[in-house]
Amino acid sequence: MTRPAVETRDVVVVGAGPTGLAAALRLKALGVADVVVLDRETEAGGIPRHCGHTGFGLREFGRLMTGPAFARRTVRDAARAGIELRLGTTVTAIAPDGRLALATPQGPAQLRGRRVLLATGVRETPRPPRLVSGTRPWGVLNTGALQQLVYLKGLRPFARAVVVGSELVSFSALLTLKAGGMRPVAMIEPGPRITARRPGDLVARHLLGVPVLTGTRLVAIQGGARVEGVVVEDRQGQRDIDCDGVILTGRFLPEAAVVDRDVVELDPGSGGPVIDQSWRCSDPSYYACGNLVHPVESAGRCYREGLAAAQAIAADLAGSTSPAAADGMLRVELDGALRYLCPQVVALPVAPPSRWAFNARAAQETRGRLALLADNAAIWSRRIHALPERRLTVPADGLRGLRPRRLRLVLE
Amino acid sequence: MASPGSQIYSVAVIGGGVVGCAVLRRLALAGLRPVLLERGPDILGGASKGNSAILHTGFDAPPGGLELACMQRGYRAYLAVRERLNLPLLETSALVVAWSAVQAARLPEIVAKAQTNGVGDVRPMPLDELFAREPALARTATGAVLVPGEHVIDPWSAPLAYALQALANGAEIRRDCAVTDGRRVDGLWHLDTSRGPLAAAVVINCAGLQGDLVEAICRDSPFTVAPRKGQFVVFDKPAARLLRSTILAVPDARTKGVLLARTAFGNLLLGPTAEDQLDRERAEVDGSVLAELIARGAGIVPALAGERVTATFAGLRPATQHTDYVIEALPAERWITIGGIRSTGLTAALGIAEHIADLYGDSFGPADERPDPAWVQVPNLCEERPRPYQSADCGEIVCHCEWVTRGEIAAALAGPLPAGDLGGLRRRTRCMLGRCQGFYCAGRVAELTAGRFDPPLARARGDAA
Repeated sequence: MTRPAVETRDVVVVGAGPTGLAAALRLKALGVADVVVLDRETEAGGIPRHCGHTGFGLREFGRLMTGPAFARRTVRDAARAGIELRLGTTVTAIAPDGRLALATPQGPAQLRGRRVLLATGVRETPRPPRLVSGTRPWGVLNTGALQQLVYLKGLRPFARAVVVGSELVSFSALLTLKAGGMRPVAMIEPGPRITARRPGDLVARHLLGVPVLTGTRLVAIQGGARVEGVVVEDRQGQRDIDCDGVILTGRFLPEAAVVDRDVVELDPGSGGPVIDQSWRCSDPSYYACGNLVHPVESAGRCYREGLAAAQAIAADLAGSTSPAAADGMLRVELDGALRYLCPQVVALPVAPPSRWAFNARAAQETRGRLALLADNAAIWSRRIHALPERRLTVPADGLRGLRPRRLRLVLE
Repeated sequence: MASPGSQIYSVAVIGGGVVGCAVLRRLALAGLRPVLLERGPDILGGASKGNSAILHTGFDAPPGGLELACMQRGYRAYLAVRERLNLPLLETSALVVAWSAVQAARLPEIVAKAQTNGVGDVRPMPLDELFAREPALARTATGAVLVPGEHVIDPWSAPLAYALQALANGAEIRRDCAVTDGRRVDGLWHLDTSRGPLAAAVVINCAGLQGDLVEAICRDSPFTVAPRKGQFVVFDKPAARLLRSTILAVPDARTKGVLLARTAFGNLLLGPTAEDQLDRERAEVDGSVLAELIARGAGIVPALAGERVTATFAGLRPATQHTDYVIEALPAERWITIGGIRSTGLTAALGIAEHIADLYGDSFGPADERPDPAWVQVPNLCEERPRPYQSADCGEIVCHCEWVTRGEIAAALAGPLPAGDLGGLRRRTRCMLGRCQGFYCAGRVAELTAGRFDPPLARARGDAA
């Protein structure tokens, strides 16, 4: 009995969001024609499909668009380029050598990519890992779920909601509530200041008239079948806020469930795969890119990163880079005050033409001098005031041509 | 009084928890015409919705009691019927692990008690064997006892199967039907319910957390329910690979302590706490208690500290002032009391039902057993067996964390006992119970359940609240 040959493609992209579609488009443009993009949803486009507000596309497409318009544009471009999209297709397991187990509407299937690009994106932290006290009524949602109800289904899950968090997405939650005919009762943030950059706070305070309560922590959720209110705590003590919905926003986590840690190493800090500066994972047939590796960046940034990762994959397939770096892989040591750094690993030597930067996050609000040390010499440093969930960019230009034995990112 | 023309049931079972469902099934198989009255929008909305899902051998139960007898009868009965009902058995075995010299010194009495209780295969396990079997276990363990027969089941599909088989054999189930009062007139029980009056020859009180309140319809209750809350943490599926066996604590006088167990759904469960409270309705989780619980879990399996939490929940157990179950038949009153069924109820349910069938026969005359009862197969939710997403033509997967298909959701909303609320849908399908808690599928589930739940998950934009 002969084993039926597994369908093998040059590149399998997992996830048809901004990152995955951009990578597929660029691969096609670079002459890697045998590309297929998988998505478990029945519609391509990823998270921007249900971000009904504006703020997308300016750098990528030269005009300001809504999330759904951005998603439609990327899907249309992919269709015009003749990229094969397989929707409603779930990767249920990954195995070494780019082998994927799939659940498709027609039943189980196998697929192998000579290279696989994991671009499965992020989601917000739901209630359970936040260890919020109280009962567990219906009406506690992440922003993503609220957006789907409002923008994709035309539904309204409640009437008066408290928004927990003050990241950029939290302001999107406010806009979504308004768009869906619901009233934001308050926005609460445990930290002393809001997490998002301006103009988020101005939008909330002046355009939406929503009280923004910093230094205020969500203590408990109350209700039976439905939310009946929340208990919050600030410097004056605890008090109740009447509401029938709670939006838990942000604290993004990579959607890495399919990434078997026995196949592809995961970084406990970011929650996503460990990659090198070419987006390559610990198993060299796998690449990972976009918000899966750095929670969280804008759709536009993910799109541009997808384009760049496609260059690296095309070069790899063309044999112009070796599967293992000539001088080995060096893991960057990370200061304890930092939550994660991406890429986590540097393939040596760093080739001259590459321009790239590390992307890092602080665990909490921190001030100090952030320095990238190659052996003991600082090749970059800067004074920083880091806020949680805000990007710290560490340029890696100084690494070009170096063969350090030790690389450290320290905060002094 | 029952309204003219209303039906007279042979038995009214009050309470749609696991015990009520098992009793209903047994009476239906006995050829009776029972009705189950459940005050909530679906079965399993009270104590039965949150437990540790262990099929207990009874090795550590108080010897000689009714609880032990019902558990062991229930254990055998579950194994006897599970294949025909399509119910899983995760053969994990359990280890009672000691963490101090004092606890280790108590292990011999645990083995001796197991022998007394007829669980003869329980044996001490040397530490080297323990760590070889469970490499993720903290090396601070001081001793262990193996309980080979202690396994894991699906705590929601089992009672659902009992209820569905009861329905297939002539029983009825009324939900949103709270029994508010009752009286005996001309030898019949006339019950007042939130959905009107109803008459039955015999009443069986399986009301769990409301047991003493329902008992007061018949008499001064011989027991008082003192709800005991247990908080649990469910870890995401990668954590399940950390353990092969269920890890039990050396029990103290009050509780069995905190356990770590794989679940039928492929997760790892940690809990319960044991906290007394007055409220019978609402069980709150407490963030600081959950954080302590996770720290305790990491003391047992250190790698747990790096695992992600999928869910937290709190269950209420109907503890009473008695250490044993309270099960009595009152032939003159034509009433049967089942009270104080605590965390062992999932294991004991089928055994309690057998015991009730015996009591019923002794008190009210032998029943006419159905010679050829109908059997039902419940949908499989367990990872150890094939699930619909793995089948040809599986269609749309709606819940991406638990891989629940649209077909499974449609099936759970149809049939003789459709899900009555979101909790019921979750328990029938696992949808929205995974790591994202609805981030990806809440919109789709709201759409698929439109018009099915009251109140609905969401309303169309123009509709009034």
